[in-house]
This record gives sequence, structure tokens and C-alpha cells, in this order.
Amino acid sequence: MKLLGLSAKDTRFLLIVIFLTLATPVLLQPFPENSGLATFNAGYPDLMQRFAIFGIFAIGFNILFGLTGYLSFGHAAFLGVGSYTVVWMYKLLDYNVVWGLPLAVVTSGVFALLIGFVSLRRSGIYFSILTLAFAQMSYNLAYSVLTPITNGETGLQVYRSDAQVLLGANEPTSPHFFGLVMSKSTKLNLGDWQFTFNNGYYFTAIIAIIVFYISLRIFRSPFGLMLRAIKTNQTRLNYTGINTRPYALAAFVISGMYAGLAGGLMAAMDPLAGAERMQWTASGEVVLMVILGGAGTLMGPILGAGFIKYFENIFSKINDQILQGWFAWMPDWLSGLLIEISHFFVGKSWHLTLGLLFMLVVIFLPGGLVEAGQRIARLFKKKPPEDKDPGHHPQPAPHVAE
Amino acid sequence: MGILEVKGVNKRFGGLQALSNVNLSVAENSLHAIIGPNGAGKSTLLNCFVGKLIPDTGSVMFNGESLLGRKPHEINQMGISRVFQTPEIFTDLTVMENVMISCFAHRDGAFRLHPFETVAHETDIIEQAEKMLLDVNMADKRNMHSASLSRGDKRRLEMAMCLAQEPRLLLLDEPTAGMARADTNNTIDLLKEIKEKRDITMAIIEHDMHVVFSLAERITVLAQGTPLVEDTPENIKGHPKVKEAYLGETV
Ligand SMILES: Nc1ncnc2c1ncn2[C@@H]1O[C@H](COP(=O)(O)OP(=O)(O)OP(=O)(O)O)[C@@H](O)[C@H]1O
Ligand SMILES: [Mg+2]
Repeated sequence: MKLLGLSAKDTRFLLIVIFLTLATPVLLQPFPENSGLATFNAGYPDLMQRFAIFGIFAIGFNILFGLTGYLSFGHAAFLGVGSYTVVWMYKLLDYNVVWGLPLAVVTSGVFALLIGFVSLRRSGIYFSILTLAFAQMSYNLAYSVLTPITNGETGLQVYRSDAQVLLGANEPTSPHFFGLVMSKSTKLNLGDWQFTFNNGYYFTAIIAIIVFYISLRIFRSPFGLMLRAIKTNQTRLNYTGINTRPYALAAFVISGMYAGLAGGLMAAMDPLAGAERMQWTASGEVVLMVILGGAGTLMGPILGAGFIKYFENIFSKINDQILQGWFAWMPDWLSGLLIEISHFFVGKSWHLTLGLLFMLVVIFLPGGLVEAGQRIARLFKKKPPEDKDPGHHPQPAPHVAE
Repeated sequence: MGILEVKGVNKRFGGLQALSNVNLSVAENSLHAIIGPNGAGKSTLLNCFVGKLIPDTGSVMFNGESLLGRKPHEINQMGISRVFQTPEIFTDLTVMENVMISCFAHRDGAFRLHPFETVAHETDIIEQAEKMLLDVNMADKRNMHSASLSRGDKRRLEMAMCLAQEPRLLLLDEPTAGMARADTNNTIDLLKEIKEKRDITMAIIEHDMHVVFSLAERITVLAQGTPLVEDTPENIKGHPKVKEAYLGETV
């Protein structure tokens, strides 16, 4: 079966992604509500929204970093621009996200064009530093000089006194899409299990599927081929008559637009925008996501984003009470010891766990989690090893779908 | 007037005069060889043609237009392709993708935003790239990762990439270095065949005299950055100055 201009294999891949995305509220809720393992359930709206939003952010970042090799440390700036744009549209028009989101894509695209134009005059570490400088500049401006636009430290939010010229009498007073209120959820109880189907999650998930499809098309296009060629050998590309700068700039702008969309969606889930969204740690996080998942592969950024967000939210939640619950059956001295050891890895120390995992992946699986998946798949298939980096060989049969 | 006219070109690297007062005229549709000992400045001269280096003084004209100050991609789009001394290919990509990039560059120019087309649907490009690979005897390697090719194969791939652009002037910097004898002979035949089939000018740098004398119509001998003589292969063979400066016992 072939759909939407995709090869049979890509169609299958896309369908799997669609299924997984739509079934997330069920798949991430594998443990019964009252069991000790319920802590590991991730099927609650907040977290699922974050999976989808950071997935979008990482998919876009991968188009720049994964394909061209240009490592930007400033993409959080576009995240912030997207958020501010959406909140401004709430303030001026109404809570319907239909105004803000497209505009967020446009404004972040314009910002990316300016920043990319300047930063791409350099490559390698100098490019990274330039993007970092721009992002930090935006962050500081948002905090200080631009307070009239960003509301400084307080963050931008909607007040009763705001114009909201389109706000109807019966219109919801929180973000919605033509009446579909983002924060609303439907709960479903099945035995001991509880599943939450949240409007906001499904809204974000559908957008994520669309932009994933776009990235799939970019990967398979001549444009994507040129981007991969930039990563491999810019010199050869130049001597083959290709002007590499506009290609890299286009990739930069596209990834900036993805980031703007992600930022806009953050504000669509929660009508706030703060400058901290532009901080360099946020820029660094998306880099980690893409590397952890597998740069230059289609699935990598999604896996990486999910992985990091899962750890951030689940491992940080594990506190002494939960630990005591788990180790209650042990002798006191042992459970005490285990809890002490666990302190280094869970709760506030979840960063340590993530850091260790990140190191293990980078050292032993340079292709990221995607490579891990491929190795496991190969074990089962007992096939001889294929190309080392399948993300780079859409010809003749696209392997990225693995 | 030749298609490529080089006048009074000088290039200094610090204390080293790599090129001094080079004059060279390459006639249209000829095959012109540039020979000379290691470090004579042959590659440096080519670098001045493709926008990699700008000569300190002098002029380089291609088809009546100056090449100086133009970017590499602009020069390529004017119809000059180059095979480098150390192969420059896209090592992360397959052999086929390498050639397809050249075909795209030839068809679409220096930049075209085509994010929603599909490489697999570009039948013309695929056909053309396959034909090029057939020409250089690499059709069986089309899906190989180009990093894993032998040195000789990398060179042939690079040649296929350049030929796919149907250049008016093809610059070859030691195209047969690192090739087995049989491949060298294939390359000679390939270049001959291409010259017969279409209008193309070739400037070739080569140490292998077998290649030079099988192909060249004119030969320029470069030594220490200066052209010693320029003549037909027959005359160069017996030229005393050349024997002394370069060829020695090899001829
Ligand atoms: N970018 C550069 N900077 C400094 N010196 C250079 C540079 N490029 C070439 N040279 C020097 O200029 C001289 C000519 O080098 P070139 O590569 O042109 O020689 P060649 O004739 O191609 O030799 P070979 O047959 O070994 O390839 C050499 O002494 C080389 O070291
Ligand atoms: Mg040389």
C-alpha cells in the first residue's frame, strides 16, 4: 500500500507511528492504578502533551542537525518566540489557538531567517557559538528591555483587561480549537486501569503526525539529499555547482519553524509564556534528545524526546515513600541501604541517571536508541549486519523506517 | 583563442613562489596534459581555475569570461568540473546518491527548494546516474556505501560525478593514481570515448606517462611553478629540456 506519495515501506512506517501516537494514552498506562508500579505509568495528559510537543521540537531540530550536521545551540529562542506569539493572540483576539499557531510558525521562521543568515556565515563550533549567543541575547532581552512585549519575569499571560476582540459570550476562557477545550479530558475506567483521553494531547498528537509526515517527505526529497551531502562533504558540493548556503539556511528556517510550532503548542496547552523557555538549557535539551535517539534518523528524535521527558517526569517523582513501598518486604537494614543508594538516581537526582544513560548510549551506541532497536531486531532476524547508518540510505529501499 | 586562457599568473605561499608567470592556453575540444615533478605547482594551477585560490596577479579567462573572484559553485555552473587529486566524494552516501547529486546540480542549478519531491520518483535523474555508472564500469556497485570503495573506485566515482554534469571543461588531477593497470586502461578508454561522443575540453594532470601519451594532444611541462615548454606529445618526448627537468629515464 502506498499513501501520500510515500513508498510502501514508508507508508507502513507512517501508519505505525500514527497508531502509536493515537494509542499513547493506553500504551503508556500499563500498570493498574493501585499497584506499586503505577509510578511508572506515563499516560497522564501533562506528560503526554510534553511528549508530543518535544517530539515536534526534536523532529525539526533533526532536520537541521541530523541532516546537515550544523549543531545549533540556540533553538530554544524559537520555542520562546512561538509561545509569546500564541499568548499575544489570546490577548488580542481570543482563546482560539487557530490564530496563534500559524502565526507562531511564521514569526519563528522570520527569526530563524535572520539568525540563520548571520550564523551560517560560519560553520562548526563557531556556528554553534553564534546561535548560542543569539539565543542568550533573546533570553536576556525578553527578561529586560522587551518587558512591554514579554512581561519580563512574570511571564506573559492573559488578563481580564486584555482586548480579546473576538471573544464571544459563550466562548471558553481557556485555550481551545473552535470550542474543543485543550484542558478537557475523558476518563475511562477498565477494571483497575484508568485511561485519560485528553483533547490537548490529541490536538498536539495530530499536529505531530502531520509534521512528522513532512519531515519524512523532506528526508526522501532531493532537498534532503542535498542536506545530507552538506554534512558529508561541503567542498565537493560546492565544486559540484551547489550553493550550500541557501540549502543550510532553508534547513535552519524549517527547523526554527518546527521549534516555533512546539513553543506555540506549549502555550496552547497552558496559556503562559516565560523567558526561561529560551534559556540555553532548553536548547541543550533538544540536542541531547536528538543525539540520544539517533541523529539523522527519522525515529530517533521522537524516541529521544520521549525518553528524556519520561525520565524527567517519572524518575523525578520517585520519593522516599514510594521507595519504602517497593522495599517494604526487605529487612530494614537492606531497604535502608537500597533507599540511600536510590537517592543518587531518583527524585531530585534523576539528572544523574539520565547523564549516565546518555554516556552509555553515546559510547556504546553512537547511532542512539535507533541503533539499539536495530541491533535487537537483527538478533531476532539473524540477518548479517546492514549499513551502519541506515538513516543515510534511502536508496534503493528506505531503511530509516526501522 | 583557447577556451581557457591563463595569462601571467603568479601565486606565492609565504616564501614559496608556487606559480610564477604562468601562461597557458587550452584549445577548445582538445585534451591538454600538464605534467611536471612533484611540487611543480600543477594542483595549485588548477586551484586557480576553480575558485579555490585567487592568483596574486594575472588573469584566468574561461570562454571569454574571467574566473577570478567567482565562487566554486558559480564556476562549476559555468561548465567546469574537477576531479581532485585526493578523491572528494560524499562518503556517507551510496554510490548512486553521489552521482544523483551531480545530476540534480546539473538540472536544477545552484539552488532549488524541492522539499516535497521524492528522489525515488526522479526517473530521469536515476536513469542518467545509472548510465554514468555504467560508463565507468561501476553499475554493480550502485548501492554500496561510497566510503567502502577502493581508492581507484572512488576516483572513478568522482569522474562519473563530473561527467554527469556534461562539463565543457573537465579538469582531472591525476585521475589514475591508485588504480590498477586494468582500471587505468579502462579510464583511458573512457576518456577517449567521451571525447569522441561530445564536445568537451579536458585538462589533465598525470604522472603516468602511459596515460599522458595515450591521451594528450598537447602537453605543457611545468617545473618549479613555470611552464618550461608546451608542445605535441611527439616533440615533448624527445625534448632535451624536458628530459633534464622531469622525465629523466622514464620515457
Ligand atoms: N595552500 C597551500 N599553502 C602553502 N603551500 C602550498 C599550498 N598549496 C600548495 N603549496 C605548495 O606549493 C607547491 C606546489 O604544490 P602543488 O600541490 O601545486 O604541486 P603539484 O605539482 O600538484 O605536485 P604533486 O605532483 O605532488 O601533486 C608545493 O611546494 C606545495 O607544498
Ligand atoms: Mg598535485
